[in-house]
Order: sequence, then C-alpha cells, then structure tokens
Amino acid sequence: MSVLLAMTIGLLVAAGLYRLLGPGRLDAIVGLILLGQAVNLGIFAAGRLRHNAPAIVTEPMKPVTDPLPQALVLTAIVIGFGIIAFLLTLQTRSSGK
Amino acid sequence: MNPDLLILLALLSPFVGALGCFATLTRPRIAAGIALASVALSLAAGIGLVAACAGGSVHAVHAGGWSAPFGIVLVADLFSALMLAVCQLVTLAALATGIAVLPERWRRRHFLPLVLTLSTATCGAFLTGDLFNLYVWFEVLLLSSFALMAILRGDAGRSGAWRYVLLNLVSSMLFLGAAGLIYGKTGSLNFADLHLRFANASDPVLVESSTVLLFGSFAIKSALLPFAFWLPASYPHLPPAVAALFAGLLTKVGLYAMFRVFGMVFASESFPHRDLLLILAVATMVGGVLGAVSQGGMRGILSFHIISQVGYMAVALALFTPLAIAAGIFYLVHHIVVKANLYLVTGLVERHSGSSELENTGGLMRSAPWMAALFAVPALSLAGIPPLSGFFAKFMLLRASIETGGFWVTVAIVGVGLLTVFSMLKIWSAAFWSAPKTAEAKQKPSPTAVAASVVLAVVTLGLGLGAGSLFGLAETAASGLLEPQAYLDAVLGSGNPPAPTITAKP
Repeated sequence: MSVLLAMTIGLLVAAGLYRLLGPGRLDAIVGLILLGQAVNLGIFAAGRLRHNAPAIVTEPMKPVTDPLPQALVLTAIVIGFGIIAFLLTLQTRSSGK
Repeated sequence: MNPDLLILLALLSPFVGALGCFATLTRPRIAAGIALASVALSLAAGIGLVAACAGGSVHAVHAGGWSAPFGIVLVADLFSALMLAVCQLVTLAALATGIAVLPERWRRRHFLPLVLTLSTATCGAFLTGDLFNLYVWFEVLLLSSFALMAILRGDAGRSGAWRYVLLNLVSSMLFLGAAGLIYGKTGSLNFADLHLRFANASDPVLVESSTVLLFGSFAIKSALLPFAFWLPASYPHLPPAVAALFAGLLTKVGLYAMFRVFGMVFASESFPHRDLLLILAVATMVGGVLGAVSQGGMRGILSFHIISQVGYMAVALALFTPLAIAAGIFYLVHHIVVKANLYLVTGLVERHSGSSELENTGGLMRSAPWMAALFAVPALSLAGIPPLSGFFAKFMLLRASIETGGFWVTVAIVGVGLLTVFSMLKIWSAAFWSAPKTAEAKQKPSPTAVAASVVLAVVTLGLGLGAGSLFGLAETAASGLLEPQAYLDAVLGSGNPPAPTITAKP
C-alpha cells in the first residue's frame, strides 16, 4: 500500500511539475493543483497507513490511526481549494477584459 | 498588563479590525478609523511585549488549555516581539499613507480589510509556536497580498503579479511537504518539542531530507537568489504606499521564519545547509546590488535593494555566531523601517514630479528641500553612513564576519556597501541635485503621507542614536534563539520531559 501511494505521489509531482513549466497560465494552475494533491497524499502517508483502524480510540488495545495528519490534510485541502478558486478568478478576469 | 493578554491583543486586534472594515465598507471614514485604531492597538501591544520580554523572558499562551506538544501555542520571545512591534509600526505608516493618497479604485477594492488581514497574518507568523500554524499564517499572508496585487493593471504589472503568485505557491507546497515529512519522522510539529527531538537525532539524513524543503521554501519567500526574480517583477508596479507595506513585511517574514527555524529549531552547534546559505546569501547581496545599479527608476532601484539587503541578513544567520545573529536581528529591525520609508518617500516624489523615473525627475533639492531631507535619512541609513541605524547594523555584521575569519564574506559586505552608496547617489544626483525638469509641483503633498514618512525617519534616527540599547535587545533576542531554554520552559513547562531519541528505522 505504501509503495503504491509513494508511486502515485511521485507520478503526481512529475505531472504537476511538467504542467507548471508549461506555457499557459491555465497549465500552471493545473500543475499547482496536481502538486497540491501530491503534498496532501504525502502528509497522509506520513501518518502511517493502517488498514481498518479508526482515528479515535474506541476500545483499548486496538490499533488506531493517527488523527493529526488527517486534520492537517483537511486544513491543507481547504486552503488549497481557496487558493485555486482565487487563481482561477484571477485568470478568467484578466483574460476576459 | 499581563503579557499573555498582550499576545492575544496583538493578534486579535487587526483581525477584529478587518471584520469591522468589511462591515463598514460603505462608510470609508469609519472604516479608516477602525483600521488605524486596530493597527495602533496592535502596535501598542507589540511595544508592551517588547517591554515584557526585554529581560529575556518568554511568554506562551496555550490555546484552549491544551498542554504544549499537543495543543496550539502562541509564543512571544524578544525576537518575535521586536519584529511584531516594528512591523506594526510600518503597517500603521503605510496604512495612513494609503488612506490619504491611494486613488479611489484601490479603496473600493477592499484595501483596508486586506491590509488588516495581512497585518494579522504577520502577527500570527511571529507569534506562532509550531510549524503547521506557520504554514497557515503564511497562506493568509500570501492570499492577502495576492488580492492586493490582483488590482494591478497593465501587462507588465499582471505578469509580475502572476510570477509572484506562482513562485510563492510553489514555496508553500514545499513548506507543507516539509511539515508533513517532519511530522512523519518525529511525530511533532511544535518548535520547542522539535528542538529537543532534533537535538537527539543521530542521523543527519533524517533531518536534512526535510529541512532542504524548508530551506527552498524560505529562500523563495525571503527572495534569496536564485529564487528572487518574482520581487523586481512585481514590486515596481505597486503604488508606493502598498509597496512600502510589502517591502517592509513580506520578505522579512520569510527571514524571520528562517532565523526561527534554522537558528533555533534545528540548530545546536550548527544547522543543516549552513554552507549553502552562506553562498546563496553572498550571491544575493552581490547580485541584488548589481541589479539596483543597472536600474533607471526609483522603484526598480529600491526593489533590487531589498534583495541585496536580504542577502546581508541571511549572511548574518549563516555566520551563526551570537554576535552575527544579534547583528542580523538589529539589521532586520533597521531594514524594515528604512525600506518602507524609502518607498513612502518615492510616493512623495511621484506626487511632486509626476514620475519617479530618474530621467523625468530633477531639481527636488531646490523645489522641495524638505523632501530631500526626508529621502536623505533612510537612504544614508540604508547605505550605512553613521550615525544612522544602517551603519551600526553593517558594523556589527562586519565585525562578526571578521571574527569568524570569512575573508570573502568580509570583502563582499564592504564592496556591496559601496555599490549601495553608489546607487543611492544615482537617485540623489538625478532626482534631487540636477536641474529641475518640471516647473512646479504636480500635486500638493498629502500632510498625512509626509507625517508618516517623518515618523519613520525619526525612528531611523532614534535607532541610530540609541543603537547601544537596541543592540542590547538584539543580543538578548539572539541568545534566546541560540540557547532556547527559556523558550522550552515557557512552552513545555519547566522540567520539560526528556524527548524520545529518534533514529532512522530500516
């Protein structure tokens, strides 16, 4: 599972960088979205992947997932979403006029 | 007043002010009053914090009563208090000038609330005690500045703003990735906790794989070469009042983060990437000033000077002796005031002669001698002429570099200083000393803008004349970074638990 995730992150970073270096502004925005997803998955993986484990302690001695990376990713997703919305607005307004 | 309350006051007052400004957008006078009052209150809280921390004590607020490595902490030590106070001073000056002189279209586009969110974010970045919150405050800072820049018109302005946005977003990604990796390795994001854990870290690969991401992120944010090109592409297109705010705050928050993270969190005897930082910093100093010399307008020259001066402050961190760090902190305080003031004076020149391109200005010495005096104070200070603050900043830095025996660093500091004088002379001889090009003033100067500039000039003079006591504060702040026992005690509670040793597991 970790290997699969690591490969996905690598692929996303590669694709994101490729688009980021592209000619158009829309390319750059797409690149940033992909890079953002890669980073989010990275944080998620940093919290160790556990199969079938809840993020809160329901009964003692059962394996739990670390909830903090999930909270961090959630925050990062919200911020990233806001920024992408802002960038798209900037792009459409400056190309529209 | 209780220092814990001062921390909250410094952070919350611009935030509440921003909300108030949004609510009173249709009434510009009330909104302006709210904005000025809230920044002034935050400035007062910042000065109070400097007084409370002057002895080297550290104050921490544990949000929600959660104990340290688990909850969110706001920490004020002398370094962050000094930065907070001086940044709020500059914000207040730029805000007052902006309210007085910016054209209607800027005020309509939410200028006031955006400046206040920017101010909240800088306070947050100075006061936060953990890596992830630093990221969040950086994002708030960036979004506020993006929105302010989005008002830029014209192709050059837009492409400059776009470069600024893109590079800074990439830097945020690097930062976020680094925070995630560090959490994955250590299980903590709290500065104090991380310091203890990394002090016990046995494997340099473990540390450096994530700190290199942080290094790249801070290098972009603080405009170190070769990551600095967003700055001269975007700043010259901003109106001087806004450019003063950006020049005073944005890159300096990046430098603050660099001092905090590399000077304290990851530092014991040295910190990762110190040699790389030294090379980049010297390159930044030299490259920035060469760019400044080649420019033909006041705005362009000043933008490249920011880069060059950032190099000086980064050199201070890279030398990494107590004297050098103290010189760096002194330099930061001096530079924020001086740089913002130079942009404010550029605004005055533009109002007076209709342009700040050197070929279109002239004779200000005769037509407006007071303006020449206002320009001379920050310009001479930036160039490092005694008895102004810049002289003492450069002097301490030179001494630190001679003590560490870095011959080329010393040569670079002196040489770049000379070139700085040269480029300031270029402005002086073209705009002030030459024959007048326009018969009379295009527009009358705004009294508020002049007052803001005078206040900053007086502060520069004060910092120069009172250099001894400011340097005492800077030394205390530097020792607080290098020996953070008081910081650890304030955040983790005294007799803090021994941190677990972390090693790379196969």
